[in-house]
Amino acid sequence: MSESAVSSPDELKDGTTGFTQDWSSDKQTFHAPWGKAMMWIFLLSDTFIFSCFLISYMKVRITTTVPWPNPSEVFALEAFGYPVPLLLIAIMTFILITSSGTMAMAVNFGYRKNRKVVVWLMTITALLGVSFVGMQVFEWSKLIAEGVRPWGNPFGAAQFGSCFFMITGFHGLHVTGGVIYLFCIVFKVYRGDYDRENNYEQVEIVGLYWHFVDLVWVFIFAFFYLW
Amino acid sequence: MSDGEGQQHPIAIYLWIWVLLFVLSAFSYMVDIAGFQGMLRWSLILLFMFLKAGIIIAVFMHMQWERLSLATAILGPPVVLLVFIGLMAIEGSYTEDLREYFFSPPEVIFSTPHH
Repeated sequence: MSESAVSSPDELKDGTTGFTQDWSSDKQTFHAPWGKAMMWIFLLSDTFIFSCFLISYMKVRITTTVPWPNPSEVFALEAFGYPVPLLLIAIMTFILITSSGTMAMAVNFGYRKNRKVVVWLMTITALLGVSFVGMQVFEWSKLIAEGVRPWGNPFGAAQFGSCFFMITGFHGLHVTGGVIYLFCIVFKVYRGDYDRENNYEQVEIVGLYWHFVDLVWVFIFAFFYLW
Repeated sequence: MSDGEGQQHPIAIYLWIWVLLFVLSAFSYMVDIAGFQGMLRWSLILLFMFLKAGIIIAVFMHMQWERLSLATAILGPPVVLLVFIGLMAIEGSYTEDLREYFFSPPEVIFSTPHH
């Protein structure tokens, strides 16, 4: 028996000793604010939902005997007289990463109790999210105008459309929800709620959600647009 | 540790990770621009994808500073997805073989382009 594990019941150890201590404790396993632990568990469940979409996309793409449309050509945009492959998607990717960066900084300034900077950084994050959704609307309209439908398209395998609308639509819904969530928290930061509570953990929790939206886009970008 | 005073780290870490994410995204975009095909393309896409996902989770989502009990509870369960992916890949290939066999006229069975 390790004496350090039982030396003081209130002291939290790191690493595997802490792991054993946490899971064998009587009352509480996760020594994190409950809101943060629950957000993580929600994100875990969301991981499984997005995985189901991406795995079904993988499966229909394997099973179809018709050639899959080349995303590099389907999502090309005309710029300076040349078709640039995946131009809009690349811009969307950089916008989402930038918004993740501003969100991470907002969380940091939250723990420094710098209310004004948090409001600014979170507002920028939300506005970048709005522009992302705007570009997605443009992309959807363009594809719909070109004849892409959930049941067929002029470029190749019929399943392309249903996978595209389902996966990017569900992601876009998450971004839209995230923007609303961000604005709610921005309002509360602005009003000074978290200064009164002297606790900015709500900013970190909305940050977890926002980073997750960016994380999902990393997988969609790799598997749907680049593969 | 993770709780108590909350997550406080130097701003510089976030700026560096931000730059790194930009560079990695540019690299994965370059894979498409350069027109790499086959195993090279897929391995590079997966490499950049996992690097990006890893640093977002570890730094932006603060997972590397969380206690091991929380990190394993969140990062462990998705591992079973590998089984799901494997099963669906096997099943998908089988379905494709059947379709090629039954849906194609005899002369194109052996020349149908894959995927």
